[in-house]
Order: sequence, then structure tokens, then C-alpha cells
Amino acid sequence: MENKDQEKNSLYLKIMPYLEKYGILLLLVIMIVVMHFLQPDVFLSWRNVTNVFKQISWQSMLALGVFMVIVTAGIDLSVGSIMMLSLMILAIVAKAGAPWYIVVITPLIAGFLCGLFNGLGITLLRMPHPFIMTLGTLYIFRGTGNLISGGTPISGFTDEVRYLGHGRIDLTWLGLEKSQYLPVSLVLIAIVYIIFWIFMNKTRTGKWIYAIGGNPNAARASGINVNKILVIVYSLCGFLSGIGALILAGRTDSGYPNAGLQSELDAIAACIIGGGEFFWRKRYSSWSFCWCNDHGYFKKWS
Amino acid sequence: MSSINQLLLEAKSVTKYFGTITALENVNLKIHAGECLGVVGDNGAGKSTLMKVLSGLYKPSAGSLFFDGKEKILESPKDSQNLGLEMVYQDLALAGNLPIGENIFLGREPTKNLGLLKFLDYKKIKELTDAHLGKLKINVKSADQKVEELSGGQRQAVAIARSTAFNAKVVIMDEPTAALAIKEVGKVLDLINSLKQTGVGVIVISHRMDDIFAVCDRVMALFQGTNFAESELSKTSRDEVIGWIMGKK
Repeated sequence: MENKDQEKNSLYLKIMPYLEKYGILLLLVIMIVVMHFLQPDVFLSWRNVTNVFKQISWQSMLALGVFMVIVTAGIDLSVGSIMMLSLMILAIVAKAGAPWYIVVITPLIAGFLCGLFNGLGITLLRMPHPFIMTLGTLYIFRGTGNLISGGTPISGFTDEVRYLGHGRIDLTWLGLEKSQYLPVSLVLIAIVYIIFWIFMNKTRTGKWIYAIGGNPNAARASGINVNKILVIVYSLCGFLSGIGALILAGRTDSGYPNAGLQSELDAIAACIIGGGEFFWRKRYSSWSFCWCNDHGYFKKWS
Repeated sequence: MSSINQLLLEAKSVTKYFGTITALENVNLKIHAGECLGVVGDNGAGKSTLMKVLSGLYKPSAGSLFFDGKEKILESPKDSQNLGLEMVYQDLALAGNLPIGENIFLGREPTKNLGLLKFLDYKKIKELTDAHLGKLKINVKSADQKVEELSGGQRQAVAIARSTAFNAKVVIMDEPTAALAIKEVGKVLDLINSLKQTGVGVIVISHRMDDIFAVCDRVMALFQGTNFAESELSKTSRDEVIGWIMGKK
């Protein structure tokens, strides 16, 4: 009897680490299977699957930025507002008739500068916690976005501007039908996630980001310029939100004042549920992507 | 023994004021290669201030520091590190979410550079870590274990390994056994002994007479910011040292 208990225990101990690591993937598979049986004709169709990926494309950019911030034991509540402000600036610049390559760059620069503002505020003004700074900028950036656009949607962009969010990669050369295309936004997500993974896990700066999350005092005692790294982290988070704005502009063909409303919560949820533990633990950035997927499917279903 | 061994670090009549408060007054300290010096004293006796002066965190109001016989002025802890002096802090200063090897090399990682990007050289980190842990006879399952999974004693060992990874000549340890279980104290003390054998000078600040009498060669007592007493360990006793801490000779 006792032996059996021990066996059970050891089996449990063996499975647990995998469950902790891959549980979210398992959940995703279960959800997909269940939904496939509920809607066998629609759910796993090419159209629906690509649609889900298109829907989560901009959210996954925000999630990636927030993930990096959460690794440093911080929080960025302003990502949704950064994206909205970048989107509005993009729309205004596009309406002013600027060439497409300038229009495409503006949200990236705007997002980066917003993130830089957050980072400098947190480090130079010595805010007790990034929560306070980014809660403030959540309202400031959204307010600024409303101010410059007058609170009305601006729509109609050229195809070049819309390419990343709306473009399709034709797969007819593989013998597939015309409707079975690959969204450009999906390819973009894949590329950004790979670059991000390399940055976080293979470079020295990435390692220092984890170290700051682990123990800021240890990082400081090791001669790491903690403030500089934090400014980089928040700036990159803003930059990723800017990419999100560019994708959303392509998808919706408009800059609208409600863009990214409450999406900071989606992004944070993606990191916490997908990334496992809050605060400083190292997890794989791809998990937040999984959660984005979960979330996308769930939204589709409900 | 001190006549054979090289003098690594000497502080001569170091004085430190904080406003009108005198934290240290004409304090002298010497540490030789392969020697362990115990520094004892009551709370507020000036132990921590003295160590912070030695590591360059505080500038002395008067007095001078000699490294290898040459006078040096320290601007920051980085300067003392470059001269071969390392601190092991009481709160360990390790990042729990990183593996042992990356903690040891944190801030000084070997990298492969690709333009502006600095990629970590994981292979080299692992090699250097294994070699260094082997030299100090520190046993861990693997250098890839995260520090948060280690026991208190192992963490202290990693902190000590970290301080000696870059050819440190003098290592200052602030209460190295304070947070440890009795079983682990022995391991840390063994580690201090093996550091001494490699020719490192060790300064141990401790309240525990057991530690002082297990590893130190000399003991000095501070009392109200001054040199109160100093002796070879073999020529004194526990009761006498405890008396010094209380200010009795």
C-alpha cells in the first residue's frame, strides 16, 4: 500500500514540472479540440484560423513589450494608450499626405518616444513603482491622442501602409486555393518573436534584464547600470506598441479613439497566464504568445 | 608567519566623520596573503564603516590606504575591485532567477561581440564556472542550477565564489555565517580555509566566536571607532575577545 503511494507520488513529481511548463499548451489543445467538435465546419477552417491570428497580431506585440517589463519586476499600464497615440499620429501624418515610408516609421518613433518618456520618468523622477508613472501616462497618452485628432476616427490609408496588418502572402504556388493565404501579420509576429527571444536569452543586455528582475541590488553591485537598462526596456516596450499600432492601422484602415482601450489588461493577462509567474521569474516569451492564442480563440467563441 | 607573507592591504590611521559624529578615529588594519583576520566589535563600533572605507564606498576623512605597498585613493567600489579587493555582502547580492554560473559572472560576462551586440558566451561561462567551483571544492549538482533552488550555505558559497572569480587578493566577508544552519556553517568555514590556501587574504566580520576561532589567524577588536585590541589568535581566548567587544581589557 505504502509502496503504491510512493509510486503515485513519484509519478506526480515527475509530471509536475512538465505540467507547469507545458500546461498552457495542453489547455490550448483541449480548447481547440472542444471547439472543433462544437463547430466542426467552421472552427478549424483556414479562414477562421488566419482570422484569429490576425486578431491577436497587434495584441501580441503589446504582450511582448509588457512581458519584458514584467521580467524586470515592473509594470507598464500605458501600452494600450501608447498604441492609440501612435495610431493617431500615423493617421494624421497619412492624412497630411506624407509618403508611405514616412507614415510607416512615425508610429514606431512615436511609440519609442512614449516608452522613453515612461522610462525616464521611472528612473529620473524616482517613482516608487512603475505602476504610478505608467498609470499617469495611460491617461496622458490617450488624452494627447484625443486632443490631436479631435476625438474622431480618421480612416483611409494607402496599401503600402496597410501591408503589415492587411497584406496576404499568396500560397497558390503550393497548390492551395486563392482563399488559403498567409497573413503578413502572422509572419511579422514570428519574426519579431524570434528576434525578441534571441535578444532576451542570448545577449548580455537580455541577461541583465533578467538579473534586474531577480535582484536589483545584486545587479547594481555587479556594476550594471540598472537605470539605463530600465530606460531601454520601457523604450522597447513603447516601440513594440508602435509596431502594434502599425498592424492595427493596416487591419482596420483607420485611426480611431477607442483603439487599444483596456488592451493593457489583455497584454498583462497574456504575460501572467502565459508566462506563469508574476514578478521576476524567467519564462519563455513564446508562452505569452500561446495565451494570446487562447485568448483569441476564446473571444472568437464567446 | 606574517613575516614571510606579503602585505596585501594596509590602512593607516583612517578617520571618518559623518557630520559631527566620529565613526572611526585613527584606525589601523593590516592583512597579509593567506591570512584570515577576524574583526569584532559591538554594534556601532565602526566595523561596517571601516569595511566601506576599504571597499571605496566611503571616502575616509583622513588617513590612507596602501594596496601592495602603494598608496591608493579609491573613488568607487569599482576601483577597489580593480585592485583585487572584493566584498561578500550580508544580503548575498545574488539574482535568484539566474543560474550559478551567470551569477558568478554577472556584470562581467565573457561575450562574443557581433558589432554593437554582445552575445553571451555560454560555453565559456560554463567552463570557467566548473573550473572555479572545482578549485574551491564547492559541490553543486550543476552550474546550471538556479540560485533560488540552493540552500543558504550553497548560496553563500556561490557568493564567495563570485567574489573570488576575478583573481581577488583580499576578500571581505560581512557576517558570512549569520543566516546559515549549523550544518552549513562548517562548509562555509571550510571554504574560507581553502581560500586562505590559495593565498587570498580574508577579512571576516563576525559576532560568532566559534567562527572566529575556527578560521582566523588574528583577531582585532574595534570599540567606539578606535583600535581597541589586537592579537594572534593563539595568544588569546574567547573570554578575552568577548571582553574586548564589551570594552574591557
